[in-house]
Amino acid sequence: MRRIRVKDEQAVIELRDTSYSYRGGELLLQGMTLQVAPGSFHFLTGPSGAGKSTLLKLMYAELQATGGAVTLFGQDPRVMDRNAVADVRTRIGVVHQDCQFLDHLSIADNVALPLMVQGKPVGSDLHDLLAWVGLSDRMHAFPPELSGGERQRAALARAVILSPDVILADEPTGNIDWDMSQRVLQLLVELNKMGKTVMVATHDIALIRAAKPQVSTRILRISNKRLQSAGAEL
Amino acid sequence: MIADTLRLMIAPNKASDTVVPPTGFTARLTVFAAGAMAFLAVFALALSVSTGRLADRWEAELNSSVTIRISAPADQVEAQTLAVLKVLDQTAGVASARALEPDEQRALLAPWFGPDVPLEELPLPRLVDVVQGPQGLDAAGLRLRLAAEAPGAVLDDHSRWRAPLVDAARALRMLGWIALGLIGITTAAMITLAANAALAANAQVIRVLRLVGARDTFIAGAFVRRFTLRGLIGAAAGTAAGILAVILLPNGAEGGFLTGLGFEGFGWLSPVLIPPLGAIVAFAATRAAALRTLSGLR
Repeated sequence: MRRIRVKDEQAVIELRDTSYSYRGGELLLQGMTLQVAPGSFHFLTGPSGAGKSTLLKLMYAELQATGGAVTLFGQDPRVMDRNAVADVRTRIGVVHQDCQFLDHLSIADNVALPLMVQGKPVGSDLHDLLAWVGLSDRMHAFPPELSGGERQRAALARAVILSPDVILADEPTGNIDWDMSQRVLQLLVELNKMGKTVMVATHDIALIRAAKPQVSTRILRISNKRLQSAGAEL
Repeated sequence: MIADTLRLMIAPNKASDTVVPPTGFTARLTVFAAGAMAFLAVFALALSVSTGRLADRWEAELNSSVTIRISAPADQVEAQTLAVLKVLDQTAGVASARALEPDEQRALLAPWFGPDVPLEELPLPRLVDVVQGPQGLDAAGLRLRLAAEAPGAVLDDHSRWRAPLVDAARALRMLGWIALGLIGITTAAMITLAANAALAANAQVIRVLRLVGARDTFIAGAFVRRFTLRGLIGAAAGTAAGILAVILLPNGAEGGFLTGLGFEGFGWLSPVLIPPLGAIVAFAATRAAALRTLSGLR
């Protein structure tokens, strides 16, 4: 079992010999051990179907490990009550590949959704955030009216509106062109420079190579259901 | 804790109400179901109250009234009637006693024979109406004395025919309460179905809300508030219609069974409880459905 130790600081997300199988079937992930230090930037790569999205779901407690353990900020989601899981998710912003918007709400409301569910006021931060992702003029549009790149940027804005400690992005550039991919990457790098922990799941090697000059990254690869360090190869 | 949960689920929450899209079909279904059930509940309540009243009255009359029937040769009827009245005058527990006049007996028979019946030509027994005092009378002892003093006199305490009616009225009252219970359960079932449909239609919304950190009370609250309000509005409309229908029922002779269906005095206030009860049923049914659905999501 290879242990991938990122930093010596207390990990925000930790996997200890983690395995996952769907309903007791064949193992999808096996023997994964990882410590994600605060402020780090990770790429998670591997072929389609390798289990990148599954691993991210374990990291925001949508799935629970069937073997070993996952801890989020030192807590095991399997023993957390539902309110505690909800609370820990306010510290983890997630950008989904398909964005997961509510189509009946405007982009402004979708971005503000994490604030709304916490009962927090939606103030000028929302406008600043939309300006940061370049969507000020699209705030009243509805999700189906946005391009792929706009949707990804809006999803990123929603993921960070609560100023979470960790940002998990699942194929954030999967459906957008190269220029827009660079724009999204730039936003993620900026967030990392603000101290956020970032993990990006992608199979786009060019994106990883483009990030290397901008930020200190660690590259993980899922191969044969196991997690490997892949930095040197890239 | 419970108070906080109730507050989150009932108190207006614009954010929660905004994020869950309106569900037109289930909204109309819920209002209609709650209204129809409340309408029926008013009648079930009226049935229970009326039959209860009837049973109480019949039972009171059963306990307070007896009749003595004197069948004797024509030349002895008057003498035995006087003898019966004398015995009754000396019997403890008798508040009053009087022999019915021929006109009164004719009135009793009129529904069966018509008003022109020649009573004097029919071998009818003489009737003595006895009203008991609060302590009641000793029927067995009275029968013995009547047998000795007036051999043609028969004491009828009405129990043979009135007791089954009282039982029937009580059974009807029980049926009314059972009907009310079934209406409540059916309302809960219909609202649960509607809530489940709404929850299923909004499965993606619920998933996204969980992923962005919403607690169960926030998500469930949006559904609970809507269905509680719909239950309340539907039940209020149904109750109003039910009360109006009861008022418009034909009100026949006093003591009539079907024509006496309705409320009396402060009893008219009892249907007012139906809308809040409907809202409580909607609240409980929707909350249970929502939390059950949410428990399936992480």
